[in-house]
Amino acid sequence: MGVGILVEDLNAWYGSTHTLQDINLHIPANHATALIGPSGCGKSTFVRCLNRMHETNPIARATGVVKMGDVDIYREASPVEIRRRVGMVFQRPNPFPTMSIYDNVISGLKLNGFRNRRVLDETVERSLRQAALWEEVKDDLKKKSGASLSGGQQQRMCIARALAVDPEVLLMDEPASALDPVSTSKIEDLIFQLKSQYTIVIVTHNMQQAARVAENTGFFLNGKLVEFDSTHKIFTNPRDKRTEDYITGRFG
Amino acid sequence: MSTKPIEIQPLGEPRKPSRVNVARRRAADHLVSGLAILATLVVLAPLVAILFYLVYKGASSLNVAFFTRIPAPVGEEGGGMANAIAGSGIILVLASLMGIPIGIAAGVYLSEFGNGRFLGNAIRFTADVLNGVPSIVMGIAIYSLVVKPQHHYSAFAGGIALAIMMIPTVTRTTEEMLATVPHAIREAALGLGVPKWRTAVSISLRTASPGIITGCMLAFARVAGETAPLLFTAFGNQFWSFKLNEPIAALPLQIFVYAISPYDEWHRLAWAGALVLIALIMVSVTLVRIFANRGMLKGGS
Repeated sequence: MGVGILVEDLNAWYGSTHTLQDINLHIPANHATALIGPSGCGKSTFVRCLNRMHETNPIARATGVVKMGDVDIYREASPVEIRRRVGMVFQRPNPFPTMSIYDNVISGLKLNGFRNRRVLDETVERSLRQAALWEEVKDDLKKKSGASLSGGQQQRMCIARALAVDPEVLLMDEPASALDPVSTSKIEDLIFQLKSQYTIVIVTHNMQQAARVAENTGFFLNGKLVEFDSTHKIFTNPRDKRTEDYITGRFG
Repeated sequence: MSTKPIEIQPLGEPRKPSRVNVARRRAADHLVSGLAILATLVVLAPLVAILFYLVYKGASSLNVAFFTRIPAPVGEEGGGMANAIAGSGIILVLASLMGIPIGIAAGVYLSEFGNGRFLGNAIRFTADVLNGVPSIVMGIAIYSLVVKPQHHYSAFAGGIALAIMMIPTVTRTTEEMLATVPHAIREAALGLGVPKWRTAVSISLRTASPGIITGCMLAFARVAGETAPLLFTAFGNQFWSFKLNEPIAALPLQIFVYAISPYDEWHRLAWAGALVLIALIMVSVTLVRIFANRGMLKGGS
């Protein structure tokens, strides 16, 4: 089951660039939340702050409070614990090139020392079914390298890999931007099904995609959260002039 | 949102490149390909020449005794280099066991943890300097650091000298190969909650392993023919010895001793020894490559 995320006064820097400024926002549990905005507005930085990936860059730092359920992730947990509870899917599929499909999906458990064969087998099947990839790869799980799949299949495998560690939150940073329309619609269907069990945060440049999959949408501009509301409200009757300009395509 | 059908403009006739232009491009293409092939031949020529000369000079002295007997005393016919072949094997295994793990560990530190830190820069600088240290200096250094305190030459001292010579090559290739592993793959592992050290070992190192194995083989092949560092450490031995704390024979040492001797028979044996040394290096490098490939997953890019 997913948990809600509460963000209070979040600020983030890369070197001396202030990429996120005073973000306050509540992401509800078991819903999909879309983040839109022009390139460089801080959406990606924001999701990377939610699983403490931001700090893997040596020149990056962040201040503020991010609460996942009751846990303050910057003060009450280690990055490793948080990343096990928060799955992440990146813009480009990033399979482990030396591993088979099976090993890719199970890598999160195996690399954390989990060895029970029966549980591993079951997890691979469950995750691949959840990611709608099982039927396509079930015959060459251990024969084929994860990198030999098509781009769309690789991305669904990466989603399966993120789901295999049984996270509560799933962060998706433009998960379909490198994919063709057929694969994109498969990924959207997937998000639609997964959001009953996970809290999903999806960054996207595709506004129709945000409208299709997300209940809530946030609009970022120049490192600030301009507006956050129900997706319907954002796309039909935004409060802020800048949001309206962006979604009607007048800039950005 | 209203959508308008997109009008597609016909492209029109593509502009034909003029004839002169095509001829010139083709000529340039041939010229550059020709130069590349020529350069390859220039590089290969000395290698092939050395191999042929070794076979010509050394093959006639090769026989079963060469691989089974120890050197015969002056004036006696026959004898072989069996003890030197075994001794080289022992010294090289010792050197690899010490040099490769340390070299790889240092390379992992440089690439994954030490970037931009003082210790990282210091290690990188030291490795580059160490790479330039003449091998005879390495021999003298190990002589005063290991041989003198122990009061005797030993296979172990020879192994240490060669191991130290392997480290810089292994370290730098490990670092460079790890740098070619895409950052996205490391992020994938970190994003799954895998600790950083585990990501470095199980993901980065494993992805880079084909290149790192090549680096180790280069280091191995380089030190396999080293003579100078062994003169003051392993020292050489005319008899069988499998003890690590006693002087031991080595092929390059035996070749050296025979080559500067005044006897024709020994000269011929030196040539044969050189041929065997090169053949053994080639065989061991090829074997490692075959086993490394077999252990790795095929397919994919």
